[in-house]
Amino acid sequence: MAIINITAPATREQLANINIGDTVLLSGTIYTARDAAHKRLMSMIASGDPLPINIKNACIYYTGPCPEKPGDIIGSCGPTTSSRMDSYAPTLMDLGQTIMVGKGLRSKDVIDAMVRNGAVYLAATGGAGALLASCVKAKRTVAFPELLSEAIYELEIANMPLICAIDSRGTSLYEEGIKTYKK
Amino acid sequence: MRVINATQITDTIRQMCIDACCDMPENVYIALKKAKDSERSPFGKEILTQLISNIEISREKQMPACQDTGMAVIFADVGQDVHIEGDLFGAIEEGVRRGYKDGYLRASTTDPLSRKNPGDNTPPIVHYNIVPGDKLTLHMAPKGFGSENMSALKMLTPSSGLEGVKAFIIDTVKNAGANPCPPIVLGIGIGGTMEKAALIAKRQLLREIGEVNPDPELAALENELLEKINNLGIGPGGLGGDTTALAVFIDTYPTHIAGLPVAVNMQCHAARHKSAII
Ligand code: SF4
Repeated sequence: MAIINITAPATREQLANINIGDTVLLSGTIYTARDAAHKRLMSMIASGDPLPINIKNACIYYTGPCPEKPGDIIGSCGPTTSSRMDSYAPTLMDLGQTIMVGKGLRSKDVIDAMVRNGAVYLAATGGAGALLASCVKAKRTVAFPELLSEAIYELEIANMPLICAIDSRGTSLYEEGIKTYKK
Repeated sequence: MRVINATQITDTIRQMCIDACCDMPENVYIALKKAKDSERSPFGKEILTQLISNIEISREKQMPACQDTGMAVIFADVGQDVHIEGDLFGAIEEGVRRGYKDGYLRASTTDPLSRKNPGDNTPPIVHYNIVPGDKLTLHMAPKGFGSENMSALKMLTPSSGLEGVKAFIIDTVKNAGANPCPPIVLGIGIGGTMEKAALIAKRQLLREIGEVNPDPELAALENELLEKINNLGIGPGGLGGDTTALAVFIDTYPTHIAGLPVAVNMQCHAARHKSAII
């Protein structure tokens, strides 16, 4: 249960030493995307169009932030349920994505794609949107502004507190953790 | 007949939307603090610590504790001696529209098939009750869908009995795992018809954590289920731990001789609601 500092974008080599249960303090440049944005990315890939984001070594945070108040950088921005992105995530990892940030279980297909690509899945605390917003230092709209909170934003973040829930070997803290505390 | 003007309802709902999202109930805050003291899992403790400071930040900065500021669910208990001047649903809807805009809350309500989002979180879901008296009581409970999606309803039959009811509830929590942002609160409706069970379950979520059910048998059942759920080991954030649920709230209604409906409405720790009496 180490504390590891990671700066995104990150290569698979930079993520190889992260184990489940490690605290990852994530900094750097990441993208937000949830259901609607993923769907659009998939149709762009299917029709061979260039993606609006640089997917190589990218980190995608599954969140749809609240609108920011005047003077604020971002509104509340906690994670959404990752499993809704399960059907899209393997395609993006095969194109180079290495970090997913969200909450909740992932499918076997996703875990297989993680192992194949050396990717990690980091859990943000569900419902801690105000706290997580304080880690965001800049925000820029990258694509699909008409999707409102579901648009793709590029965020500059500093020391976002995350826990590695599934590591690049496919080990899952969700399974191990529950086994430990089940009575 | 007491007259209530629709604009007063709009103003009240507007403020309730903002307050519900930005000022988490004190009973949730206290329950999270208590849970943190007894939680054995280091991840669980860390997540509970984050949730406690999240509530503090949200209150201090007047920003939503969770970015999923939900669908706007409103219970309107209308006194039968009240005359409302204007359109009641329209007044509530306008209050939601203004509250979500003025409070910088997220617009999450969307067309189910086209997925087009009008961007103002309307329409709300309004449940009306006609009650004695000359007051209008409003409850506003924004409902996030990480937890709503893990809710379940089952039309059990009488042979399943209480054991079947318990098993269904526990299974629903187990299947939900980390998705509904544990620690969770459960609203449960047993009996009635399909929609009645679901409505009871939803309304139970308006109760305060720590409030004891006035029916001693249901109170005992709530305690038993809470213990069983916390023994599942799901824990805060689903990463393993002792605190899977903060409360279980149950109510019943007579049902048909052939039936035993059970509805489980899953609520995350963002158990937000505000009430007002006009
Ligand atoms: S389930 Fe609740 S706490 Fe989790 S993201 Fe949704 S509204 Fe927020």
